[in-house]
Amino acid sequence: MAAATRKFGENSAVNTAPHYSKQLRRFTLVALLLLFTIMLLTAFLLPFGNMVIISLKSYTDLSSTANGPILPVTNQMFTYEGTAYPLYNVPLPDGTTKQLALVKPTRTVSQFIDPANVSAGLIPWTGNWRGLDTVYVLAPEWQNYPTAWNDINFPLIFRNTLVIAMVGMVGTLLSSICVAYAFARFPIPGKNILFLILIGTIILPTQVTLIPTYVVFSKLGWANTWLPLIIPHFFANAYNVFLLRQFFLTLPKALDEAAMMDGANPLQILIRVIIPQAWPAIVTVGLFHFVFAWNDYFNPLVYLAGQPDLQPISVAVQQFNYQYGPHPELVQATSLMALIVPVVLFFFAQRVFMRGIVITGVEK
Amino acid sequence: MATTTSPNNPVLVSAQPAVAKRSRLTVQQQQRMWGMLFMSPWLIGFLLFTLGPMIVSLYFSFTDFDLAKQEVTHWVGLQNWQYLFQDPDALQGIKVTLVFAIIAVPFGLLLPLALATLLQSKYLVGKRILTTLFYMPYMVPIVSGAFIWEAFLNPQTGWLNRILRLFGLNPPDWLQTQSLILPALLLMGIWGVGNAMLTMMATMSGVPTELYEAASVDGAGPLTKWRKITIPLISPVIFYNLVLSVIGLMQFFTLPFIVTNGTGDPNKAAYFFNIHLFKTAFTYFKMGYASAQAWLLFLVALIFTLILFGTSRRWVYYGGE
Repeated sequence: MAAATRKFGENSAVNTAPHYSKQLRRFTLVALLLLFTIMLLTAFLLPFGNMVIISLKSYTDLSSTANGPILPVTNQMFTYEGTAYPLYNVPLPDGTTKQLALVKPTRTVSQFIDPANVSAGLIPWTGNWRGLDTVYVLAPEWQNYPTAWNDINFPLIFRNTLVIAMVGMVGTLLSSICVAYAFARFPIPGKNILFLILIGTIILPTQVTLIPTYVVFSKLGWANTWLPLIIPHFFANAYNVFLLRQFFLTLPKALDEAAMMDGANPLQILIRVIIPQAWPAIVTVGLFHFVFAWNDYFNPLVYLAGQPDLQPISVAVQQFNYQYGPHPELVQATSLMALIVPVVLFFFAQRVFMRGIVITGVEK
Repeated sequence: MATTTSPNNPVLVSAQPAVAKRSRLTVQQQQRMWGMLFMSPWLIGFLLFTLGPMIVSLYFSFTDFDLAKQEVTHWVGLQNWQYLFQDPDALQGIKVTLVFAIIAVPFGLLLPLALATLLQSKYLVGKRILTTLFYMPYMVPIVSGAFIWEAFLNPQTGWLNRILRLFGLNPPDWLQTQSLILPALLLMGIWGVGNAMLTMMATMSGVPTELYEAASVDGAGPLTKWRKITIPLISPVIFYNLVLSVIGLMQFFTLPFIVTNGTGDPNKAAYFFNIHLFKTAFTYFKMGYASAQAWLLFLVALIFTLILFGTSRRWVYYGGE
């Protein structure tokens, strides 16, 4: 910009012309690229729109007009002598089309009434009324949400999910912080090999440990309880340890050493020196675990399939939707209710999330 | 390593008189003890929940262990392993899983790469909000995602088929057509492209701009720069995503399980190996046979990972080496 104005000032208009066209080209490029990206994004987010719209349709709207209007609609009605009649777009013999209420449908000659001119009485119309276009009005069925909320007993599954997620989060934070601290600060024999094994567990399929773990948990009487979904998180996990260790390594050692000189033992150093500096990483790990626990489907399926009262949101919504399959509007309403918490959490804490993903995904 | 530089610091030793008096531990040894103490949650967890179960499930795979029966478990040698390669459902599961992986891996790498390139472009405005929105579907719980896509692909009310009908096409019932169920699952999987996209973007932004400038001076166009500079320099993160997606695809379960109500239909076209494993273990409680399946899965995943690591020397660029 500065260069452009300087040139404009000290020279004639001849030199600005190529500059102008260059700017114009750049502007076109920016506009086209943005347009393309937004189109792509729209396609990408279309399923969300589909979900919201279907969740607001009434059951009759969905079943009677499968190929009908996209938006949630209902037949426009007109009340005549105490009864409601549906409105149709009726082509009249004089070439005009009027919105008339169908009072008496028959296959050949139907009786209509004109809402704008009731006193004219019934108007006979020759032709099959089924070929006429219905007059629709927008009618979002908000009631679907309270219905789904109550039918699935949302407060209960909400509570279940929160307990499982929060207790597990405490467990994974306590253990992962300790283990990451060990890897970041202490001279342990074979530390590098241990770290490789830790990272190696990331690529280990969970199925290979699943069956003995399930058998032991069942023998302990833990099947159909929350314990299998919570207790293993008290033993750290590779992603969290890796993320926290990376962060701890960036913290200056001078503060640790100063605290050591003052007679603090390593546990005191962890609590008073390391943790207060590491809040960003700790919050990231906490959020990751919360979202993981919220979304986890497999473990609750294995351990809580027979216990509807203890199920978290993922399995409860799936089982509900399996039963309510013929009610797509309720299925979509519950799907929306199940995703709202993690998605809103992500929007509020997106910096935290994205930084955490970059640390675990890039710095390997 | 603060401790190794001051192992004989008298101040530090006297700061811990209780321990020092008893066994005259050096600072180094004390630090080791503390280190092991802090490490112990993971070490115990690794033994209890990883290594132990792995060995036990290998043992189970040679037995007829059945959780539904009260009978004594017998050692059956390789019987489970032999049956694994005769069981038509297991073979179907292997086939479906491998076919899907072969289709999905390239998409799972190229799409995030293309999106990352697009979103990193210096000509794009509003990058932050666009990135957030492209990332968002990754945050949607799989259960919700499965039902959202079922509705989106619904032959009558779903928007995809409505759009296709606008173009005069006669669109199919995606989830009930044998040849289309895997592409439909691929679409659903691609929705969660955000994570790979984000790691690739972050690495791209770390490529030194001098390299691009130098290439421009040499007359390289944008495509050449992308191919000769961007791709090699972000190859470690491509490799990381490749390994994770191969491992993830070997374990693909939740999405097909929900979408097909656990059947893998139509006509078992979406009968992934893990659906078979899940049924063997938790519908029929044949834990011995299921363990053999789990170990097969583990071995295949391990072999694929080793092959990938073997090839990585040829194409993954590590700046430091």
